[in-house]
Amino acid sequence: MLQPFHLHEPATPAEASGILERLGDDARVYAGGTELLLAMKQGLLRYGHLINIKRMGLDAIAFDEAAGRLHLGATATHRAVERSEVIARRYPMLVAMERHLANVRVRAVGTVGGNLSFAEPHSDLATVLLLYGATASVGGASGRRTVTIGELLVDAYTTALAQDELLLGIDVPALPRGAGADYRKFAFFERPSVGVGAVLVPSADGAAVGEARVAVGCVGPVPRRVPEAEAVLAGTPFRGGGFERAAERAAEAVHRACDPADDLYGSADYKRHLARVFTGRALDAARERVLGGGWG
Amino acid sequence: MIEPAAAHTVSIEAEINGRRVRAAVPTHRTLLDFLREDLALTAAKRACDVQVCGACTVLVDGLPVSACTFLAFEINGRTVETCEGLAREGVLHPIQQAFVDAGALQCGYCTPGMIMITKALLADHPRPSVEEIKAYLHGNICRCTGYKKILDAVLAAAEAAGDQKEGAVS
Repeated sequence: MLQPFHLHEPATPAEASGILERLGDDARVYAGGTELLLAMKQGLLRYGHLINIKRMGLDAIAFDEAAGRLHLGATATHRAVERSEVIARRYPMLVAMERHLANVRVRAVGTVGGNLSFAEPHSDLATVLLLYGATASVGGASGRRTVTIGELLVDAYTTALAQDELLLGIDVPALPRGAGADYRKFAFFERPSVGVGAVLVPSADGAAVGEARVAVGCVGPVPRRVPEAEAVLAGTPFRGGGFERAAERAAEAVHRACDPADDLYGSADYKRHLARVFTGRALDAARERVLGGGWG
Repeated sequence: MIEPAAAHTVSIEAEINGRRVRAAVPTHRTLLDFLREDLALTAAKRACDVQVCGACTVLVDGLPVSACTFLAFEINGRTVETCEGLAREGVLHPIQQAFVDAGALQCGYCTPGMIMITKALLADHPRPSVEEIKAYLHGNICRCTGYKKILDAVLAAAEAAGDQKEGAVS
């Protein structure tokens, strides 16, 4: 059962920061509420004050063509991201992920900023944003700062946000031209238990992997890039058996890098196995997309 | 000084099934409790209570939400549709009629949610593919009828709505 709370509806982020600073641990920022309200209903979290940040125009979605960068306001809903034409054109991996996030009702209400700020380890969004090299814009009483997604997510349910800070938005660089990307997950009903993504950027002549990005989520407290997997892929030609062998080694590296927990959604061994298999499939799909002209 | 009770209450005004409703709701009141307990609109059901079963699906400004995990004060200044609002003067809405015709219900507990998610689907995709139907309905769980007849009902409802629109144009 939810308990009564004071509702604050500030008009600006600065006002929200002031409230957070004043009330300390008894206050929490509230956006879509799809995760926060669940935890509060179950009595896992309790706050005397919720700060609704949906009245301050933080829901903008804008693509800066010249800079090749997408801005997602913190209160942009998953539905808005899923249905944005410019995101579909320039960030197909992001849209493909959003289409399979939870269900249509959750996507109509849940927000990008809420997902990241709650820092649930089973977040598809966090893993995908890590692959794009996204950054988070954070506002507090002493001003604004920018952190990477990796810096933002410190531990399960723990972010780098200070007491007075809130997430204002996310900036997502477009992938280089010709890149191929893929994110896939294994899920029981709507809950991802393993999420793996890969990005392959072709070299200048297009024949080999110029840059590889591999990330794994849901199998540890926070999603993470796997540099050991990325290193074995760099320089590998897309055609010929070399790619398959490198992909296998990359999948092994992901298998080693996972730190999953046994839970109702599978044993740790099973999840590690799935992470390896899904890494191979994601790399295959990303390679196909590079050879097909790029799909970022 | 603010009264403690008032500090936890929000005055709202919303349009629910075409009727203007004014109320003072506790901040922590869910939309599902507000509809069922305060307004006696009991079509939306409580089942999982964690947004995965769809039995409490209602539309807010046309978008489907899980009323079990949606705060009532959020409907201030907005429109809410529940299954009660669909029939007109005793005539079932085409989606409701399609569910009856296809025999797409057994115990009926999930049906209001199924019907409201179908309304949301047809607003976004008037001629949905089977894949699009599945993408919207996979978050609504039925534990007795099975999904084949529900799928048939949604396809028939889409067809009926399409025929109606084409009829209106010509």
